[in-house]
Amino acid sequence: MSTTALFLTLIFVLIPLALSKSLGLNLEKDTIIATIRSTVQLVAVGFVLKFVFDSESYTFIFLMVVLMIGAAVQNARKKGEGIKGITWKLIVTFVLLEVLTQSILLGFKIVPATAQYIISLTGMVIGNSMVLAILFLNRFVSEVEAHRSESELILSLGGTPKQAIHKQLIRSIQASMIPTIESQKTIGLVQLPGMMSGQIIAGADPLEAVQFQILVIFLLLTTAALTSVCLGLLSYPTLFNERMQMIQRQQQHSK
Amino acid sequence: MDSKQNKSLYEPAIHFQHVSFEVGDTKILDSITGSFPTNQITVLVGPSGAGKTTLLKMCNGLLSPTSGDITVQGRAIHEMSPIDLRRKAGMVLQNSPMLAGSVYDNLALPLRLQGKTLSKEKALDILDQVGLEGEYLERDSQNLSGGQQQKVSIARTLMNESKILLMDEITSALDPSSLNEVEDLIRTLHEKHEITVIWITHNLEQAKRMGQYAWIMVDGKLVDAGEISVLDHSDIPSVDRFLKGDFS
Ligand SMILES: Nc1ncnc2c1ncn2[C@@H]1O[C@H](COP(=O)(O)OP(=O)(O)OP(=O)(O)O)[C@@H](O)[C@H]1O
Ligand SMILES: [Mg+2]
Repeated sequence: MSTTALFLTLIFVLIPLALSKSLGLNLEKDTIIATIRSTVQLVAVGFVLKFVFDSESYTFIFLMVVLMIGAAVQNARKKGEGIKGITWKLIVTFVLLEVLTQSILLGFKIVPATAQYIISLTGMVIGNSMVLAILFLNRFVSEVEAHRSESELILSLGGTPKQAIHKQLIRSIQASMIPTIESQKTIGLVQLPGMMSGQIIAGADPLEAVQFQILVIFLLLTTAALTSVCLGLLSYPTLFNERMQMIQRQQQHSK
Repeated sequence: MDSKQNKSLYEPAIHFQHVSFEVGDTKILDSITGSFPTNQITVLVGPSGAGKTTLLKMCNGLLSPTSGDITVQGRAIHEMSPIDLRRKAGMVLQNSPMLAGSVYDNLALPLRLQGKTLSKEKALDILDQVGLEGEYLERDSQNLSGGQQQKVSIARTLMNESKILLMDEITSALDPSSLNEVEDLIRTLHEKHEITVIWITHNLEQAKRMGQYAWIMVDGKLVDAGEISVLDHSDIPSVDRFLKGDFS
């Protein structure tokens, strides 16, 4: 793409700005911030990636992976504020997922062990895992609150914490996995996955791009399942104390 | 309070020694010392917010005192496994939920939690005990009336064969005829199976009908305990007004 062409893409920013202004949508400021941030972030990432790819150093690849996981943890932890130690639970989940997927990918030589592959696939795995983690935590926190009296009933009849929270855990895991599974059912029909489109535009053979996309789809299924199950199993015990009582949330004094 | 004298009369099923419960700076229970006698129906009365439900949940181990000791059948509860305690001292709340599923599913829950299954005969037998016909077994528990749900809820707790039953306002949502049935049921269980019953109620008439022993709680304190006649009169003017039905 030529520099002129790149500048001309700003037209796509001016259209929403004009609409926002004339219709009083009040989104001008956010649009401009989003434009500047995405440009700066992408350009920076471009330079960093170029540097890492050129260096072919495993130290830099490792640092990139650490950085990605750190950013994902930072983003997801806000959704799990009610859960004690959510930060390290997210770290364990992401690291486990990364180690498992990369060992399979590299161990069976499914993809070559180069920076391009490791970093791109890590980005997709961790990025999706982060979204899954947020979906799961949102759902789990609200399921637990909504069904607190049922959990207490099970405890009061002599059930274990795991039995008391089992239904909520299963429902939250299902709910967080369903979007991944559903979106894969229609993939390619309406929407070409962003990564595949990028490859095709860059000149790759569509059939080759499809092969790679199939790998990614399967990878994301594992990501979805592993993220919510792992996070769920790590999270539920913190809702109980050692006397098998449900820990009360901050109570307001109503009387 | 004449607790010394009572101790010689009854072996306590549950005993409280300086039990307090605090949330933040708020004292919800304030140094409660007293007992629930074995094989008796103890009624627990007091104005709203007195801490009755909090106290009951402690007997079932859903809450722990912030200080003080509770013993159940002579054993300190912090030395018992919570699961043992909860099966020993079964609890029914006014708003105990029905779990999604049939009446049978709800009755089978306590056994399922132990990895056992409930036989149909036993389920029918327990339904009969709480005054529900056999045809209710396959009904969806969510479609029962409030009174029927309350009976299923009692039956469900009975599945653990607890020697102590903790009841919190279990009749306050019932019509008069269901109320009579539930009162009769608890009386029968108590007499037949020598079950200790702790019964929280707002209804002083019911307390006098059902109780052999009574506790009066106000503002987190145990203000009087003893034979049921303690409900007739109190020397403390505010408590006496409460007993005369003046809730202000
Ligand atoms: N976890 C908690 N955090 C803060 N306050 C609480 C908590 N549990 C109970 N309380 C307060 O403690 C007091 C006693 O509550 P409790 O439910 O035991 O009273 P009660 O005697 O059962 O009242 P009622 O007759 O209305 O059922 C109330 O003022 C209640 O708001
Ligand atoms: Mg109460």
